[in-house]
Amino acid sequence: MDPYQMRKDFPVLNDETLVYLDTAASSLKPRKVLEAMDEYYEKYGVNVHRGVYNISYIATSKYEEAREKVSDFINASFEEIIFTRGASSALNLVASSYGLNNLTKDDEIIVSELEHHSQVLPWQNVSNITGAKLVYIPLNKEGRITIENFKKVLNSKTKIVAINYVSNVMGYVSPLKEMISLAHDFGALVSVDAAQAAPHMVVDVKDLDCDFLAFSGHKMLGPTGIGILYGKRDLLNTMPPVEFGGDMNDNVDLYSASWKDAPYKFETGTPPIAEAIGLGAAIEYINEIGLENIHNHEFMLKEYTIKKMKELKDITIYNETSETGIISFNVNGVHPHDAITFFDGDNICMRAGHHCAQLVIKWLKVVATLRVSFYVYNTIEDCDKFIESLKNARDFFKSVGF
Amino acid sequence: MNNLEILYRQVIMDHYKNPRNKGLINDPTYKTVHIKNPSCGDDITIQSKIEGNIVKDVRHEGTGCSICCSSASVLSETLKGKTKEDAMIISKNYLNMLSNKEYDENVELDEAIVYQGVRKFPARIKCASIAWKAFEGTVEESE
Repeated sequence: MDPYQMRKDFPVLNDETLVYLDTAASSLKPRKVLEAMDEYYEKYGVNVHRGVYNISYIATSKYEEAREKVSDFINASFEEIIFTRGASSALNLVASSYGLNNLTKDDEIIVSELEHHSQVLPWQNVSNITGAKLVYIPLNKEGRITIENFKKVLNSKTKIVAINYVSNVMGYVSPLKEMISLAHDFGALVSVDAAQAAPHMVVDVKDLDCDFLAFSGHKMLGPTGIGILYGKRDLLNTMPPVEFGGDMNDNVDLYSASWKDAPYKFETGTPPIAEAIGLGAAIEYINEIGLENIHNHEFMLKEYTIKKMKELKDITIYNETSETGIISFNVNGVHPHDAITFFDGDNICMRAGHHCAQLVIKWLKVVATLRVSFYVYNTIEDCDKFIESLKNARDFFKSVGF
Repeated sequence: MNNLEILYRQVIMDHYKNPRNKGLINDPTYKTVHIKNPSCGDDITIQSKIEGNIVKDVRHEGTGCSICCSSASVLSETLKGKTKEDAMIISKNYLNMLSNKEYDENVELDEAIVYQGVRKFPARIKCASIAWKAFEGTVEESE
């Protein structure tokens, strides 16, 4: 893959001075995605599943083609793909539909301190309502989830394991396949937050054998407002809808109604049609590059940057050994929000704060961290500019008395 | 001086390193307001004691970046001893100055004027604002 060539596909990068290192929050969007969405609005921008006329048929076909692309992308079946507002609402759907209706006070839910708020908070809510116990996998010294520690909390009371595939702060890859197999031995289901995995590495739901898996469009070159929930077909069909209204019903009577099969019973109201089509285009773009190439490119940039960072004094890196393109760090003695302003001055976009994951920030015993994350459009030159800015930032804050 | 040097003026660094009036007081005559910016972790609590019509005391406690923490300290020194009305006028003017809105330049902002530099950094306006918004909250509570 040639990131220099690819950069031309991203209108935001027309500003050649811009260094974008915040893909873990949201990726940039290539022209191909914008054009696919424009085409919908310009040529067949009408509702799906309803109108019995030609352009509505085209809109419906394009919307469902996008579902097909998503299912191929993660090796699922067509009916197992639910379009949602994002990974957050996908993970909430699992907790609200499966969790609230199946868990009781005698059950246990396993999560970890590495989770994004969108994975842990829905289950905290289920725990508060049903009385099921929320159990945390102890993290190892590096802050990783290990099989050994997972076994310590897994037992016959475990009903749900809600866990990340890749941590959005530490960039670690969870040992999911083995965890899922162990969880199934105890009859527990596994819901995977793949928001930081699906854009960056091959995700195969059949190989993993996960029960649910969620990710967002906007972190993988697609638009905002679209996300995916994968669920095993048999499970989805036993789960009740959490939102009721148009399109999700089958027969409606005065005091009762019946629902369509999955995925449609979970998609009430007019869906994000342009966004689904845009996500389909993003998947095509990613497939053309190849996820293995993407993963290798990001990892190379991360290793290069870490090596340079370690040559600098007064920098603390929290996840040196991560297998992905995420680096969490701080400039010693400088609050991340002060530091970020310096990088911003050099037109370098990165993240400072809790990263919607306060539990791991507390685990690290810091107030917040800075985070750099790489994607297809980043280059070695981006890394060099970042390192130069990091050096200058450290020296500047020292000079004013930090 | 470049914009960044203007932002991190000596006054700001001095109040960051040596905060005045820091630490809360357990006294029901003080009104307390806590504001948190969950996206970055700035977390500030402001207390004020208003007696008669005078801001007798202002205290603060919290964690956050240098702009946020120093502004709580500067606020406490600027507003102590002012009448309630003057304190509110200063606060309104300060907040308007930060967000590039119209403000009355004749109102004496004292040391708080150094936060002018924040205007060049829109992403940091919130850091310099939350202590002052919390102070306004304490005044409203005392009414």
